[in-house]
Amino acid sequence: MANVPVHEWTLLEAARRVREKEISSRELTGALLARIEALDPKVHAYITVLPEAAAADAAACDEEQAKGALRGPFHGVPIGLKDIFCTRGVRTTCGSRILRDFLPPYDACVAEKVLGAGAVLLGKHNMDEFAMGSSTETSFFGPTRNPWDVSRIPGGSSGGTAAAVAAAMCFAGVGTDTGGSIRQPASLCGVVGVKPTYGRVSRYGMIAFASSLDQGGPIARTVADAASLLGVIAGYDRRDSTSLDLPVPDYLAAVERPVEGLRVGLPKEYYEGDGLSPDVRAAVEKALNALTDQGAIVVEVSLPHTSFALSTYYLVAPAEASSNLARYDGVRYGHRAEGASGLIEMMSRTRAEGFGDEVKRRIMIGTYALSAGYYDAFYGKAQKVRTLIRDDFMKAFESADVLLTPTAPTPAFRLGEKMDDPLTMYLSDIYTIPCNLAGIPGISVPCGFSTEGLPIGAQLLSKPFREETLFTAAGAIERALPLRRVAPLEG
Amino acid sequence: MEFEAVIGLEVHAQLSTRSKIFCACSTAFGAAPNGNTCPVCTGMPGVLPVLNRKAVEFTIRTALATSCTVQRRSVFARKNYFYPDLPKAYQISQYELPVALGGHVDIEVDGGTKRVGITRIHMEEDAGKLVHEGEFADAQASLADLNRCSVPLMEIVSEPDMRTPEEGGAYLRRLHDILVYLGVCDGNMEEGSFRCDANVSVRPVGQEAFGTRAELKNMNSFRNVEKALEYEIRRQVERIEDGEKVVQETRLWDANAGVTVSMRRKEEAHDYRYFPDPDLLPLIVDDSWIEELRATIPEMPAEKIARLGRQYGIPSYDAGILASSRALADFFEVSAAIYAGNPKTTANECIHWKDAVIAGTLSPETIAHAVEDRERGTISATASKKLVELVLSTGKPFRALRDEQGLTQVSDTSALDLLVDKILAASPKEVDGYRAGKAGLLSFFVGQVMKESRGKANPKMVQEVLKRKLG
Repeated sequence: MANVPVHEWTLLEAARRVREKEISSRELTGALLARIEALDPKVHAYITVLPEAAAADAAACDEEQAKGALRGPFHGVPIGLKDIFCTRGVRTTCGSRILRDFLPPYDACVAEKVLGAGAVLLGKHNMDEFAMGSSTETSFFGPTRNPWDVSRIPGGSSGGTAAAVAAAMCFAGVGTDTGGSIRQPASLCGVVGVKPTYGRVSRYGMIAFASSLDQGGPIARTVADAASLLGVIAGYDRRDSTSLDLPVPDYLAAVERPVEGLRVGLPKEYYEGDGLSPDVRAAVEKALNALTDQGAIVVEVSLPHTSFALSTYYLVAPAEASSNLARYDGVRYGHRAEGASGLIEMMSRTRAEGFGDEVKRRIMIGTYALSAGYYDAFYGKAQKVRTLIRDDFMKAFESADVLLTPTAPTPAFRLGEKMDDPLTMYLSDIYTIPCNLAGIPGISVPCGFSTEGLPIGAQLLSKPFREETLFTAAGAIERALPLRRVAPLEG
Repeated sequence: MEFEAVIGLEVHAQLSTRSKIFCACSTAFGAAPNGNTCPVCTGMPGVLPVLNRKAVEFTIRTALATSCTVQRRSVFARKNYFYPDLPKAYQISQYELPVALGGHVDIEVDGGTKRVGITRIHMEEDAGKLVHEGEFADAQASLADLNRCSVPLMEIVSEPDMRTPEEGGAYLRRLHDILVYLGVCDGNMEEGSFRCDANVSVRPVGQEAFGTRAELKNMNSFRNVEKALEYEIRRQVERIEDGEKVVQETRLWDANAGVTVSMRRKEEAHDYRYFPDPDLLPLIVDDSWIEELRATIPEMPAEKIARLGRQYGIPSYDAGILASSRALADFFEVSAAIYAGNPKTTANECIHWKDAVIAGTLSPETIAHAVEDRERGTISATASKKLVELVLSTGKPFRALRDEQGLTQVSDTSALDLLVDKILAASPKEVDGYRAGKAGLLSFFVGQVMKESRGKANPKMVQEVLKRKLG
């Protein structure tokens, strides 16, 4: 390990070294800030970098440690947050012009917990505007690039977080996943991303896209890092009525457990159809072999309503979004159009100027889906299909402990390739969306590279609140397939 | 042709919880603009609502007191519309699945009892208010005060069971009494704690089908509701008689002009795009919670009036006044228990001193002692009144004051004999006159005796003694 550069350390390694005073938080944070300065102009993973605040916080960590006090398990370790988590006094944009100068007067629960664990905030990660996108190209602040090939997208919407982790511009980050927004970019950037069970991580202070689907989760370079970070951010929060009051298990301990006898289900619907790239299929097979080689058992399962998931999602998510985003009206905060002559004109122009095309598209779809006379046919029907999709999973979990699928149908595509074709773009999330509709947890773990050298991830899904099983299976894949996690990117 | 009106009322009552329905901000009236706000009630990005348990309990208690069926599962929904006093651009309300359904309230009309059905009761949050710079018509700017945002409201929707403005008024007063009795609403109409919208239509007598209805808003007193209904019923009947049609619309009551004016037509109505609020779980109410709350329901006004009349033998008019305030009725019952000799007088005294009783500055002992002493002839009515006033101003006990002030009445016959003899001896001419038939002189002698006793003689007994001695 001595030869590994500082920025390539794992989150747990960095935390241990600070704790054991092998390195100061100041040095560690300085190294990462230098890395951001050198590489981020190419990647654009950050919307906001906080060099002074991070350095000051690191110095404070060192001082406290000198007096014998540690803030928590990540004392002095620099991390980043997707710019969807409100941070007190730190600009939080959600990737949108409408919030370009928004300074929240409060911290999101996730921010509180990460900072409470001692982490030093390096900055806020780029994202698709209001998390609506699969490529981070809809950000008002410009696209993030995939550190493995900067002509390609990093996935989205947590593309900034996945790219920053893959480019070693932070030790880990927290993203959000509404239809695959953690897992798909993690897969495309060759890192680990976890979408926890709905209700596992508080949504308080996390800017809402689709409230019944949104869930925050870790993005890190190793399964163990992701497990330890989830352990910090998970847990009941009375400010979020949908968060569940269940104890948080020791996720880290689950990573090393054997998979012998673990029943791995292969949902046949996920392997049918011609959208799945041969490279991805081959890589996921390697992940399966890694599991069976260690004694896991393969079972075939069926999720018959899978084909309805995408259309269901594109009714539920836009409907909720149309209501969640209505508050951005120029009255109290955020962008306000200049020179409007009256209230309605002010609101209309504020929203016309403040939102990008994809956000407007989804607000319109959602408004339509909820309108009088259409509710039953669209939103109401979608909710019923959602129940069927959840039932499919629960039935599959009678015979399988985890399901193994590709995370995304293809490796990273090129910038601009799908921006003019939203429907094709929406297909990037075809394997990740059902998990959100069912409220179950999922993880994407690297399992190989394409012939072009682009990372590929495998997705594992489990019953609600069985994240431990995901970490066990992902840990086994990771041990069997030691893959490079830091992108070969030079400043 | 003869017409009858069909009236249904929607009451918005502010629940008198200390904090708002979805955040911990205070609900106190009169704070500085935007003083009672936080990121949650001002709709900042990423914040989430958390339901106030007290608000639920207040609503369930109201449902139980109006014989509604409390729903085991109800759902909060978002009502979406843009307005600057609504910071989330949606109001959290209940739509398809409200907390309570199917109850009723009995009202007294024309000497009989009429049952008015309650369709539903649901919970929702209030919106803020806009303050316009200058006059509304040419205001250059508007300011939003969000203190009222997320103040808990309960909407009580009646069946279209009322036929006259008087029935509407009686229903509102009865509902108001129930809410205030339960302590779930302070009932203050001026501050907007108890607001009413009315749906009204007319139809020829005998016709089953409803006519086209108008919704009336902006009525801030019982009297205004009755006046607005009277006006609107007359307006609709006149339109029909003129061969025109009543259009479905929302109309505002203009109390100064005494008319209703059109606000918006049906076709201008919003599409609120209701859907279940994904930030809140369905509200599940189990039987044990309902029974726990049922045990806290006090006797309701109608039952109380009947019982007070029955138990104490007081007229229903008096019972009605006593029952208009739970505090007053309770005070009466305690007073009547301390001195049970004359409940009717006790009731009169309680009603006479109503303000002080409700303000909590009188004790039931004071009234009980005042009534008892008068009954026994120990003090006069005048002295009783004076003593209660002294209790109020000094805070000393009634009987201590009575003795201290020497206001005890002389009811001792031998003492009165002496007084009467003295007066008769000093007024020989009047004695002769009385005996010659001038019966009116009796009050002269009473006055003289009272004067001599410095008001302490018992006037009734003085009369008796005089009659005996002069007879």
